[in-house]
Amino acid sequence: MKSLEELQAIRDKARRGVSLRGQNDNAVRVLVGMATCGIAAGARPVLNAIVEEVAKRNLQNVIVTQTGCIGICQFEPVVEVVSPQGEKVTYVKMTPEKALRVVNDHLVNGNVVTEYTIGANSN
Amino acid sequence: MYRSNVLVCGGTGCTSSNSEEIITRLKKEIAAHGLEKEVNVIRTGCFGLCALGPIMVVYPEGSFYSRVTPDDVPEIVEEHLLKGRIVKRLLYQETIVNDSTIRSLNDTPFYAKQNRVALRNCGVINPENIEEYIAEDGYSALGKVLTEMTPEQVIEEVKASGLRGRGGAGFPTGLKWSFAAKNQADQKYVCCNADEGDPGAFMDRSILEGDPHSVLEAMAIACYAIGASQGYIYVRAEYPIAVKRLQIAINQAREYGLLGKNIFDTGFNFDIDLRLGAGAFVCGEETALMTSIEGKRGEPRPRPPFPALKGLFQKPTILNNVETYANIAQIILKGADWFASMGTEKSKGTKVFALGGKIKHTGLVEVPMGTTLREIVDEIGGGVPDGHTFKAAQTGGPSGGCIPASELDIPIDYDNLLSIGAMMGSGGLIVMDDTTCMVDIARFFLEFTVDESCGKCTPCRVGTRRLLEILKKITSGNGTMEDLDRLEELCYYLKENSLCALGQTAPNPVLSTLHYFRDEYIAHVKDHRCPAGVCKALTNYYIQPDKCRGCTLCARNCPVGAISGKVKEPHVIDTQKCIKCGACMEKCKFGAIVKR
Repeated sequence: MKSLEELQAIRDKARRGVSLRGQNDNAVRVLVGMATCGIAAGARPVLNAIVEEVAKRNLQNVIVTQTGCIGICQFEPVVEVVSPQGEKVTYVKMTPEKALRVVNDHLVNGNVVTEYTIGANSN
Repeated sequence: MYRSNVLVCGGTGCTSSNSEEIITRLKKEIAAHGLEKEVNVIRTGCFGLCALGPIMVVYPEGSFYSRVTPDDVPEIVEEHLLKGRIVKRLLYQETIVNDSTIRSLNDTPFYAKQNRVALRNCGVINPENIEEYIAEDGYSALGKVLTEMTPEQVIEEVKASGLRGRGGAGFPTGLKWSFAAKNQADQKYVCCNADEGDPGAFMDRSILEGDPHSVLEAMAIACYAIGASQGYIYVRAEYPIAVKRLQIAINQAREYGLLGKNIFDTGFNFDIDLRLGAGAFVCGEETALMTSIEGKRGEPRPRPPFPALKGLFQKPTILNNVETYANIAQIILKGADWFASMGTEKSKGTKVFALGGKIKHTGLVEVPMGTTLREIVDEIGGGVPDGHTFKAAQTGGPSGGCIPASELDIPIDYDNLLSIGAMMGSGGLIVMDDTTCMVDIARFFLEFTVDESCGKCTPCRVGTRRLLEILKKITSGNGTMEDLDRLEELCYYLKENSLCALGQTAPNPVLSTLHYFRDEYIAHVKDHRCPAGVCKALTNYYIQPDKCRGCTLCARNCPVGAISGKVKEPHVIDTQKCIKCGACMEKCKFGAIVKR
């Protein structure tokens, strides 16, 4: 170890690995439906795409977690984004590509991708 | 990037209840489902809730699974890790509110009142990975000290924090460092006392197992403060997991250039070596410990000269306890004021206690100084189980004393404990209920000190043995009232005349039980009765004829054939033959057998 900068660099890199642990009430929660229906419809690649993208962009205050079936199996894979205030946006029929756009538009820029939401797809 | 972290406790408690096999099974199941790239399995240090081990926590959900068996693993992997459905039947029940919503572990009674400073990384990071320690600001304090602070400033900061030695005596740490810094010498040493010997105490072990780098970093800081270049950690060989993780930590720190030559390019050199103790209790005493590091028989020597002047190899040395060191980096990073804001007027910061004995939540807790014993026992520890009542708490192991129920509300700090005849000790806290005989407890601790007395000084070598003999006389029903006076007199003699703290504090269990539970001693002597029914010589088993149905179960289970009687008629115990094993009482379905 030759400098504080070097220590800092290791710290920043290692922090991403442990950031999953611990409590954060101000975080946006991204819930991916991973019940049998979700998995069958392809939720795993969607979940992994979101985790990778969040890590790549080094987004703080985002917790990506899996959840069970919420009962709208025909719309799987389902991804829900819950704000710290509890507002919920439900995205349906997701793909890894769509998931990247949700990360970019919604999580980074705060714009809901209306066309992927359940409201736009239920007709 | 992993989407999920599974933390499995690798502390000694959980390891002995099979957490290693859980980890093996977990990795196998995860591989079978093709989740290796998504789920990271981490072996951590102690979570503190040892009573509920083996413990597993799954993040990001923060699900706290307790008493996990290897056979539960497939279900956890398939339900939780694959499908995202939390396995509720394995959750720690305190985290479930109204059977549906799940609350954070930190809101459960066991953790809510705790404030984790020394234990901050235990159960959070992987102790065998230096990068996880660095991620939690590890080694930043060392960096700050080497690049921004002078040794004097470091000592001033530690002094201002009010940190006192956590090994038991409570000597101000900063003051100790300043003495060693003042003494000039060509070589100085920094030592760590990890020879935790009190029965029931395991705080230091858990810190070494869960966060070994925090000790290394603090020792490096101490080294810079006093101008030393070599450190030794004296750890007992009975702690194999701690020894292994310490060695891994030292190797990794050397690899990263955080130990060795020219650390942070400042010209500061420091290295640490391990020395394993063979398990002698006296080697926890500072002069005996240093004699042992030198390769000699572990015996204490008179002080002065104090180690700060002539310690290891006759050079100025500081010796601090593991828990003391675990606080140092936080004091440097967060400031002395932050540390001093916790605790009482003369005892700052937090203290780790190992809860054991007759208590629901056996485990490790860290609370601010000044927390009352009642809060620790009833609220955090969950109280005394099985409908029994609290009788006393024993702190400080064989050097400490018993705190009776009447003193439950005193705020715990160094000075308050001393004033009621107990002592902080290293932090073992053994809870005793109404089935504990206080004379027997004193006898138990004296048996320990008799075994562990090194024999160098006569007051301790002979005195502890005479104390034990008197106690055995009382527990066997042959004591006299004069024995009680002699016991007390001998206690004060030992306190005044023993060479080291082992002998000086050995009478404490006797004195404190004599003070608070004299009636129990008198019952043994005058009434030949043991109120708690523990002392075998003073206890007899009887069958109450009106309750006995003559089922013959007791007679069939008696190993010595001391019970006789006809079927469907009340039975009788021959007290001459009875060996008082209690088997009959355990077997009787009608509660007809009593002990008195």
